[in-house]
Amino acid sequence: MKLSKLLITAATAIGLTASAAAADEMRIALVVKALGIGFFEAAAKGAEEAASELGDVKIIYTGPTETTAEGQIEVINALIAQNVDAIAVSANDTDALVPTLKKAMQRGITVISWDSGVAPEGRSVHLNPSSNPLIGNMIIKLAADNMPDGGDVAVLSATTTSTNQNIWIDEMKKVMPDYPGINLVTTVYGDDLADKSYREATGLLQTYPDLKAIIAPTSVGIVAAAQAVADAGKIGQVNVTGLGLPSEMAGAVESGASESFAIWNPIDLGYSAAMIAYHLAKGDAEATAGAEIPMGRMGALTLDDNLEGAMADPFVYDKSNIEEFKSIF
Amino acid sequence: MSLSDTARTQGATPATQRRDPRQIPDRLTTRGQRVLKSWEALLLLVGIAIFVANCFASPYFLSPWSLSDATFNFTEKAMIAFAMALLIISGEIDLSVAAIIALASTAMGAAATAGFGTPVLVGIGLGTGLLCGAFNGVLVTRLGLPSIVVTIGTMSLFRGLSYIVLGDGAYRGYPDGFAFFGQGYVFWVVSFEFVLFAVLAVIFTVLLHKTNFGRAVFSVGNNATAALFSGIRVPRVKMILFLLTGLMSGVAAICLTSRLGSTRPSIGLGMELEVVTMVVLGGVSILGGSGSIPGIVIAAFVLGLLTFGLGLLNVPGIVISIFTGALLIGVIALPRLIAKGRR
Repeated sequence: MKLSKLLITAATAIGLTASAAAADEMRIALVVKALGIGFFEAAAKGAEEAASELGDVKIIYTGPTETTAEGQIEVINALIAQNVDAIAVSANDTDALVPTLKKAMQRGITVISWDSGVAPEGRSVHLNPSSNPLIGNMIIKLAADNMPDGGDVAVLSATTTSTNQNIWIDEMKKVMPDYPGINLVTTVYGDDLADKSYREATGLLQTYPDLKAIIAPTSVGIVAAAQAVADAGKIGQVNVTGLGLPSEMAGAVESGASESFAIWNPIDLGYSAAMIAYHLAKGDAEATAGAEIPMGRMGALTLDDNLEGAMADPFVYDKSNIEEFKSIF
Repeated sequence: MSLSDTARTQGATPATQRRDPRQIPDRLTTRGQRVLKSWEALLLLVGIAIFVANCFASPYFLSPWSLSDATFNFTEKAMIAFAMALLIISGEIDLSVAAIIALASTAMGAAATAGFGTPVLVGIGLGTGLLCGAFNGVLVTRLGLPSIVVTIGTMSLFRGLSYIVLGDGAYRGYPDGFAFFGQGYVFWVVSFEFVLFAVLAVIFTVLLHKTNFGRAVFSVGNNATAALFSGIRVPRVKMILFLLTGLMSGVAAICLTSRLGSTRPSIGLGMELEVVTMVVLGGVSILGGSGSIPGIVIAAFVLGLLTFGLGLLNVPGIVISIFTGALLIGVIALPRLIAKGRR
């Protein structure tokens, strides 16, 4: 009994000193879909860059092992308990995080979502890396640019519940009439797992022998698809494009399995998310429709009626610039 | 005339009993020694060590709200683990529990969208769980199929059904009252889920350790043939256990759905292995025949405190799972290593 009292007192004492030391430092948590994904590691780099620019900011980079909503909730609960100043989350599920994030906001924590959004009631601001129509247009344009005679294309997506991919594919379908002769045959799902994506891509090559392009709007799927095309000996016949990371796609671009692909700069994205979270938590920017939130070197984010904003246009990578970017992220 | 009767006639004091040359002790160690050497004691020690370490490692750990939030990491899994423990003790296993959650949640979502109120939703959640459990149970007990094969199959089947219904959509329209199960508090920081967990722990402890049914579960797991010849209806016992596991998955589905406030077919993905981990860590033999509910309760706390404590330190999730794996192997291997060392 005495021992436990002693321990509690000791722990409280440690707690008091620790919180006193941390009081003048703003803690921003960057919560990602899952750790160990190149894209998010690059975003964390960007957030660190913002932190060193701002000075009095500490970035907590965290996320679950698997891309599940339940895992993210456990992580967010731990962050709420630490009483961080802001949480910037790339959500695994639009709705399931809402009750937990509401709780965070009730306890005075600034919550924003970035990359993959949360329903409006669960966050103050959402930062889109780019605008969805532009991405949807970009992925089909990249495929069409290398298909002068038209032909069949197929989509290899992440999971059926991935918010981002579903929106982009919808936007892509909307602009399909602008690309006459291009025919979308099917959409398959690789669940953002390398082996499953590879099997799905191989399946596509076998089912549709006349396929001219595979569009994979996911960094895991595009690498697997490029590998499947190379292994099937169909380089030059089937072009793999979509959204990917330069470091992971350099080989595919060099071998010709992929002519070009696009991605926004995740470093810029993490940087902007940290900047926005900082200004909102500090109270020198407000989350209202039409407001402009400063994002340091990235300019300012203009919020629409849903309190969302787009950071920048997606950027195209091909043989001309892949060497330069593959070492960055 | 039995041994004890003669002892009583010769003299009532324990001292004379002990001197009786015909006295044979029914156990070699005292009750206290057995408890101290038990799996539960070892696990409790590990749990206390983790708690104390957490207190020192993070200044945020010892706050009532933190601890309350931490309980959500294990309550739903533990509810299923209680029933799973009984099932594994009886020599069977159910790997479809997480998929049952998905299907039950989908059924509740569909009913909520159709405008039904909270009581109906609860009924549908429990009912779906029971039906899924019955399906598993019939395949195992009537057709004599191995439960691991059956439930790997139904794991895909149940979740597959929910993917067919929902696709990439989600059910969101749950009535306000429904939020209480996963987000409500009974008083102060004590959540409804935690109270339910505690009540179920008591019910399952009594069921396994104090009833004839509990004894039947152990004997079925130790030797099904011997149990059959002792007059235990083995298939019936197993059927009840599959129903119970399905029902508890339904309960967990209600809590989890209420906590998330929405349903997607990926709900609870991978939870079956976390439940089995909890059961094995709780000291249940994976081969059946032994185990206890208090062990599961302690294991739930150990796992919950470990993941929450490491989360507070912002340890990456990948490292947390390494810790969990190491803990599981360590706690299981330690007693065997000690036993080997003595020999």
